Amino acid sequence: MTYIKPLFRHPKLPKNKIGYTLKEYEGALSTLCAGCGHDSISAAIVQACYDLSIEPHRVAKISGIGCSSKTPAYFLGNSHGFNSVHGRMPSVATGANLANKDLVYFGVSGDGDTASIGMGQFVHAIRRNLNMVYLVMNNGCYGLTKGQDSATADKGSKSKAGSINPFLPVDLASMAVELGATFVAQSFSGDKGQLVPLIKAAIHHTGFAFINVISPCVTFNNNVGSTKSYDYVRGHLGVTSLMDLVMEKEPIAVDYEQGTVARVALHDGTELELSKLANDWDPKNRISAMNAIERARENEQVLTGLLYLNTDYGDLHGILDTNDTPLNHMDESTLCPGKAKLEDINKGLQ
Amino acid sequence: MKPTDTNNPEYYHKVVDCQYACPAHTPVPEYIRLIAAEKYTEAYMINWESNVFPGILGRTCDRPCEPACRRVRVEEEPVAICRLKRVAADNKGEVKSRMPQGPFAPNGKRIALIGAGPASLTVARDLAPLGYEIHMFDEQIAGGGMMRSQIPAFRLPEEVLNEEVNYILEMGIHTQFFTYVESLKEVLEQDYDAVFVGTGAPRGRDLPKLPGRKEGDPFIHIGIEWLANVAFEHVDSIGKRVIVLGGGNTAMDCCRTSRRLGGEQVKVVVRSPFKDMKASPWEKEDAMHEDVEILDNHVPLSFEMENGKLVGMKFQKVKAVYDEKGKRQLLPTGEEDVFIPADEVLIAIGQENSFPWIERDIGLKFDEWEMPVVDKVTFQSTHPKVFFGGDSAFGPENVITAVAHGHQAAVSIHLMCEGKDIHDRPSPYVNLISQKMGIHEWSYDSAVAADKRYVVPQAAKAVTLKDRRMEVELGFAPPLGFKEAQRCLNCDVQTVFSENLCIECDACMDICPTSCITFTSNEEKETDLRKKLLVPAENPTQDILVSDKLATGRVMVKDEDVCLHCGLCAERCPTSAWDMQKFFYSVTKAHQL
Repeated sequence: MTYIKPLFRHPKLPKNKIGYTLKEYEGALSTLCAGCGHDSISAAIVQACYDLSIEPHRVAKISGIGCSSKTPAYFLGNSHGFNSVHGRMPSVATGANLANKDLVYFGVSGDGDTASIGMGQFVHAIRRNLNMVYLVMNNGCYGLTKGQDSATADKGSKSKAGSINPFLPVDLASMAVELGATFVAQSFSGDKGQLVPLIKAAIHHTGFAFINVISPCVTFNNNVGSTKSYDYVRGHLGVTSLMDLVMEKEPIAVDYEQGTVARVALHDGTELELSKLANDWDPKNRISAMNAIERARENEQVLTGLLYLNTDYGDLHGILDTNDTPLNHMDESTLCPGKAKLEDINKGLQ
Repeated sequence: MKPTDTNNPEYYHKVVDCQYACPAHTPVPEYIRLIAAEKYTEAYMINWESNVFPGILGRTCDRPCEPACRRVRVEEEPVAICRLKRVAADNKGEVKSRMPQGPFAPNGKRIALIGAGPASLTVARDLAPLGYEIHMFDEQIAGGGMMRSQIPAFRLPEEVLNEEVNYILEMGIHTQFFTYVESLKEVLEQDYDAVFVGTGAPRGRDLPKLPGRKEGDPFIHIGIEWLANVAFEHVDSIGKRVIVLGGGNTAMDCCRTSRRLGGEQVKVVVRSPFKDMKASPWEKEDAMHEDVEILDNHVPLSFEMENGKLVGMKFQKVKAVYDEKGKRQLLPTGEEDVFIPADEVLIAIGQENSFPWIERDIGLKFDEWEMPVVDKVTFQSTHPKVFFGGDSAFGPENVITAVAHGHQAAVSIHLMCEGKDIHDRPSPYVNLISQKMGIHEWSYDSAVAADKRYVVPQAAKAVTLKDRRMEVELGFAPPLGFKEAQRCLNCDVQTVFSENLCIECDACMDICPTSCITFTSNEEKETDLRKKLLVPAENPTQDILVSDKLATGRVMVKDEDVCLHCGLCAERCPTSAWDMQKFFYSVTKAHQL
């Protein structure tokens, strides 16, 4: 087995705006099973960060426990990382984000880490609109402990051993919309054409950006009868829209049919261009988003693409009106102004 | 695009760049792996089967394989393929018992070989085991041809040459050395079943019209003749100041030999710019290392004499000008002519064929350049019984090309003697076998070494310049040979793709270190498909592997250009749609028909 990736790269590998090739965004060689959907998602994250010319040291990857949470070792090897406790990734991300709001935060989690043990943390991170990308690598099973059904496994889905799941699934995407997450998207690990622009948009979104990625477990959940297999997902894909991130404002060049193109501005001035919209779906309307998800469920479709976007509600720092300078950039005398200042404050309260 | 036809053996053959570039198609990666495994005897025999002279070629080959090496495209320097061959030859055990064992039962056919150089020796080796009675004629005292007369002993020791020539002669070849064949007609009258001409390109070019050429004759020598005279010990000294004219490998051998026979100020003077010289880069380096000065852009004007003695030569200074098509012209710079003093001059400006001994009325056609008309595949001349090979067939090339010719001529001769159609060529022997040993294990060393090319150690100059027989290169000792062998990328272990197994998980595309693999929609034209890859396939000399349509309607496209054959695509493939399979390709020889 190969443990170290060969050092040679294609001599004509292109460079991004800051002079880096994809190599500078790669991580160690994956030890996940061959063909794991998670590795494709890692590659999509590498591609998105390369495309956006993000300096690797400006990214922090935080994860919990599980196959999904191992992946930060396999991408962005030159970035900060914190492999935390099972289901506690949102707390660590919140702390890090409060201390230094200047970094791009990637929270990587799985269906067990989010929909079971970490559910309490997940919902509160949404509620606070923490500025981060929260990515769930969702394979509907516990791959690390031999493939038991997870909380996101669909009712009626068949396991590799042949048993049928009798329980209703937790639908993370509709739950995130319901809780008021400001960016909700769903995708499939086998569709990088869709996933990479979604990750890029999520990075540019100020606030909690949730992406639920169906990521087949080749070892335990890629059998006939499973609703999280490559074949099933490919056969049941529904798409809300094709999306691209537009970095600079420019007039729409292509003439789409009336009503088939929409542009949505993000906080930082970039725009999302959505084309071929599903007819009666409006990404900025929560009711419309919920309807689209429900309709897809009824049609046994896995709805992918951007589902819901809210650019009006501020992120945690905005809500708390924190200082423009990140806390970790302040010196001790600013952070701890001393007894005299405390007495001043106390006087003002008397 | 249509799916690539990998059933055509030439597709995978082309991926093994070194083997494809080798005129004799030696299975290079196969023997390099054997060297790494310390199986020197087996490595030697793989070579001997293909190129007949592993010890000789491991020192003197022109190495067409090395510029082709994939390593050049992913880093800078190729694997030292040639010198690894020498490692096998130097460290081998007993090999004779692995060669065909005579005496061979006669088949009643008689063959004459004119010349005892590499081409003729190859024909002899391929045909002797089949029971042919082989008569070999040569004017020299022993077999080997130009390998004996023109390659100096400090590059190719006589013992090495004798050993490999004798492996063949001891197969029961009837040798008639010291015999200059004066008439092909007479040979044909002796009722041979076939005659093979491997007489090389024996005539060195001269500068007959240059002023002073006639007067200076005692001090002016033709390079290859002079080298032969040194080899056969008719010449053992040269003047202190020597000019060597010419920029090829013979010129390099002349200047380095001069340094060993008393030449102190030895200058190579060449018309072309240094970078355009025909000599191999390493031969130029070795010459300069031995204090030989190379003066480029100098066109000879005259030999200068004083009191009946040569005192030097005059040259015009020129510069190279290239037109849009890259065609070169040498234009005078207008600078003053240059005088270079010299006691003796060696002319090494090329060599040509010469067939004064072949009558023009025996049904053997010659073309306008006085070259025999020879079929490029069968090596048959217009006389059905006469075959040509080596330099005598199409002009001066090199030893390995002569060997390749010899193999094919032997096939033709055997087919003809069996009464078969000589144009019906045998297919190569091909094998493709999986290297999978377990889920993630391969039976070849798939790790890619990042080591830079190792330099072959040389003996001290002070010692080697004193003895023209002392070999300069010491060769890689086994530990260094092992390290160099590890640089080989195992290009013969092919990435074989089965579209019916692929589930399109993208794992191979994500892991490939050199971004060779792309899943994309197909295109009509290859040029359009090449542009769509992760990194566009801009090297048209390297093929792309295109799969049949996959379940999503896309195709898998792999650019062969910089594939490291590291096996990661196959390791990360959950369904074994990718497999690493060792491809063995061997040109079919006469004795395998």
